[in-house]
Amino acid sequence: MSEYIIKNGHVFDPTQGIKGDKADIAIKDGKIIKDSEVSSKAKVIDAKGKTVMAGAIEIHAHIAGPKVNLGRIYRPEDKLFTYQSTTANTRMAGGFSIPTTFKTGYEYAKMGYTTAMEAAMPPLFSRHVHEEMRDTPIIDEGAYPVFGNNWFVMEYLKNKEIENTAAYCAWLLRATKGFAIKLVNPGGTEAWGWGLNCLSVDDPVPYFDITPAEIIKGLIEANEYLGLPHSIHIHPNNLGNPGNYTTTLDTLKLSAGYKAKNKFGREQVMHLTHTQFHSYGGDTWANFESKAKEIMDFVNKAKNVTIDTGNVTLDETTTMTADGPFEHHLTELNHLKWANVDVELETAAGIVPYIYSPSISVCGIQWAIGLELALMAKDPMRCFITTDHPNAGPFTRYPRVIKWLMSNKARQDQIKAFKNSDKVVSATNIAGMDRELSLYDIAQMTRAGPAKSLGIPSMFGGLKPGMDADVVVYDFNPDKPSAPDQIEAAFSRAAHVFKSGIEVVTNGEVVNNGHKRTLWVNAKTKENPQVMRDVQEKFIKYYSVTQANYEALGHHIVPNPYAIEVDATQ
Amino acid sequence: METVTITMKNPPALYLEADNICPDKFAGKTALQIADLHVFEGNTTSTIGKYFDVSGNAGASAADTKIVVKGDVKKVKYIGMKMSAGEIGVEGSTDLYAGAWMTGGKLTVKGNVEAFAATGMKGGELVIEGNAGNYLGAAYRGDWRGMSGGKILVKGNAGSDVGMYMLGGEITINGNVDVHVMTHAEGGKVIIKGNAKSKLGGQLVDGTIIVYGTIDVMMPGYKPIGTVELEVDGAKSKFAHFIGDTGERKKKRKGQIVYGNLYKKV
Ligand SMILES: [Zn+2]
Repeated sequence: MSEYIIKNGHVFDPTQGIKGDKADIAIKDGKIIKDSEVSSKAKVIDAKGKTVMAGAIEIHAHIAGPKVNLGRIYRPEDKLFTYQSTTANTRMAGGFSIPTTFKTGYEYAKMGYTTAMEAAMPPLFSRHVHEEMRDTPIIDEGAYPVFGNNWFVMEYLKNKEIENTAAYCAWLLRATKGFAIKLVNPGGTEAWGWGLNCLSVDDPVPYFDITPAEIIKGLIEANEYLGLPHSIHIHPNNLGNPGNYTTTLDTLKLSAGYKAKNKFGREQVMHLTHTQFHSYGGDTWANFESKAKEIMDFVNKAKNVTIDTGNVTLDETTTMTADGPFEHHLTELNHLKWANVDVELETAAGIVPYIYSPSISVCGIQWAIGLELALMAKDPMRCFITTDHPNAGPFTRYPRVIKWLMSNKARQDQIKAFKNSDKVVSATNIAGMDRELSLYDIAQMTRAGPAKSLGIPSMFGGLKPGMDADVVVYDFNPDKPSAPDQIEAAFSRAAHVFKSGIEVVTNGEVVNNGHKRTLWVNAKTKENPQVMRDVQEKFIKYYSVTQANYEALGHHIVPNPYAIEVDATQ
Repeated sequence: METVTITMKNPPALYLEADNICPDKFAGKTALQIADLHVFEGNTTSTIGKYFDVSGNAGASAADTKIVVKGDVKKVKYIGMKMSAGEIGVEGSTDLYAGAWMTGGKLTVKGNVEAFAATGMKGGELVIEGNAGNYLGAAYRGDWRGMSGGKILVKGNAGSDVGMYMLGGEITINGNVDVHVMTHAEGGKVIIKGNAKSKLGGQLVDGTIIVYGTIDVMMPGYKPIGTVELEVDGAKSKFAHFIGDTGERKKKRKGQIVYGNLYKKV
C-alpha cells in the first residue's frame, strides 16, 4: 500500500490537542504513522496554507434502507435536473434531498466525511439497509436498529427484566449487523398503531402498559449492562411540537444517576439526537419560540449526555422518520403527500416532503434554534453537527452550517434575508450571539466528538499514529482573513481526502472508490434460553417471515464487515 | 429581433432531447455556435448541428431572439424548456415537454404537441394550433406544483389530466378534453369550448373550470348553486354554477370557505 506525507498543513486534531499548528501527517498501510517513520518513497502532499483534519463522522443521517428508498421512489421531482453522468471513477448519480446510494457516498467523501451512521434501521428490513450501504461507495457505514417500540423490549421491561432485554438487544444487533441501540419516539410509534401517540415520557403505551420513561431507563441499563461502544441514541417523544422542550428535559433527566460502563472510552449514557426539533417553546405556532438555552443549560452540566443539532438548512427537503404519528401530523399541516408504513413487531415509518422557507417565520426560528444549540455548547466534544439528513436539510449543506457557525456575519446576513426577521429575532437569541466557532471547535463537533460518543475513538476522529488514515486537507488558510463563503466553498470540496490510507478525493473530485466497510457490534452474552425461545415463538406466532429469512447474513449482505467485539458474558 | 432558423436535415433514429432549442440558450450565439450546442439521442451526446441546418445568428438576449423550427420534429422533446423571453415557432408537431417550466416569451406550435407540454409553466404564452397530449400545464411526476402563470391556447383538442395540480394561469381549449381536468388544483382557470368527459375538478382545492359543451359524468363532490352570466373572451353566456370539490380540504378567506368553481353553459 502507498505511503503519503502531508506536509506543512495547519493541523486541527482534538485527540492530540493540536490547534492549527503546522505539522506533517504521515500515512502507511492504511494507518497514520509517526512522520519520522515514513520512507523516502512516500508521496508528498503539499498542504502549506491549508487546513488538515481527520475524516469527519456523520453520527445521524437517514441514508440507507426501505424508508429512504421509498422517499426516492415517491419523489421523482427530487431528482429533477440533478443527475450527473458517469465518469471514470463515478457511476451515474442524482437526487437532492434523497440522493442515490452512489451520490451519497461521493458527496460525503467530497466534503471530507469518511464514516456515516444510518440512524434508523428497521430490524425486519436490515437486509435492505445493508444492500444499500454496500452500494454506497468510499465511506465506512454502520446502522442503528430501532428498539424503542419493539414488542420484546416492552414486554421484558414491563417486568424489569434487564438481563433479558440486554440478551435480546445483543441478539438483534448480531442478527441485523447493527451498531447501536436506537429509540424513536419510544412507545409513541407503537401507540400510533392504535391511532394514538405518547407525547410525554409518562403517557402509557396502549396494551403494553409501559411508559416511555420506563423504556428509556430500561434500555440505558441494558446498554450499560452490555457495555456497547455507543450509548442509547434517542429521538425523544413529542418531536416538532411547540412547547416540547419540557418533554425533552424530562427525557434528558432520565440519564441522571447512570454512569457509562464500557471499554471504548465513551462517557455518555444517552445521545439525544436532532435536538433542534425538541427545543421548542410556546404553545401554538403563533407564539413558537426557542428554548435552546433551557436545553443547553441542562446539557452543559450533564457530562453523561451527548447531543447532535439537527440544523435546519432552509431547503426543500424530505422528512422521514420511524416516528409514524409525527409524519401524519406533518401532512395535516402542510398537505403534501404522505407515505406510512407499519413494521410488524418493531416500528413504523412515515415520509412527507417539507419546504423550510425563509419567508415563513417558524422556519427561520427553527434555523436559529439549531445554530443556538451549537453556539451555546460549552463542550464541543459533546455537541455534534447534523441536519438529521434529510429531515432538517440535506447533509450536503454541512459546509453552509459550518459557515453559519463560524461567521457571525453569515448569520446576520441570513437573519436580514428572512421575510419576517423581526419575528425570528424576537423568538430566538441568535441575533445577539457573537460566538464564532473555531476550526478546532468544528474538528471536535464533527470528528473527535462523534468518534468518542460512538465508542470508536481509537480508529476515527483523530490523527494520532495508529489510527485509521482518514485524513482531509481543506483549501482553507486559517492564518488569513476569509469571507464566509470561502468557508463554505472549502468544506464543500476538499482538496485531498484519504480513507483508510487511500486517496479517494483530489481537488473535490472522486478519484478512487476505496474499500468501504460496514461497522457493526458483535456483543456476546451468556446463553439465554428464555430469550431464544421467546424469539422463536414470536417468529412462529407473529412475524411474516421465518427466523432463517430474517437475519442479515453472508458476504452478499455485508461484503466488507468490520465487527467491534463486545464481551458481556461476565 | 434576430431570427434563427433550424431545419431538420437528419432525423434521429431515437428521440432527441433538445432543451437547448430555447432563446435563452441561443442568445448571443452565432449560427455556428448554436449548431455546436448539445442534444442527447438515447445515451449519446451529440450536437444540434448533426440533426439541423442552422441559419441566422441569435440576438444579444433571449428577448431579441426568435427561433423558427422547420421540418419533422415529431421526435424532438423539450423545445422551449425553461424559456424566459423571445419567441419560438415550430412549423410542425413536436414531442414531450414543449414549453415545460417556461417563464416568459411565446412558443407557437403549428401542429400537435405530445404530453407534458407546459409542465410547471410560470409565465409567457403557449399556442398550440393542433392538439395537445395528456398532462398539459400539469405538475412534473410526483410534484405538486403545476402551471402557476401564463396562458395556453389549444385550437384543437387536449388529452387527459389537463391542469393537474394547477396553481394559476389560464388554459383555453377550443376543442374537447379527455378525462381528469384540474385534478388537485389550487388555482388557475381552464376553459373548455368543446365537450368534456368525466372527473372534472376531482380533489380540487381551488380554481375555475368553464365548460361550453357537454360533460359526460359530473363528480359527486360538486354542488349546484344556481345560474350566472359570465363574460369569456368578450362574449356573455349563461352558465350553471357548481362549487366543489366538497370532498377535498378547503381554504378560508376572511372567515369564509373558498370553493372551486365549475361553470357549465346552459
Ligand atoms: Zn433522524
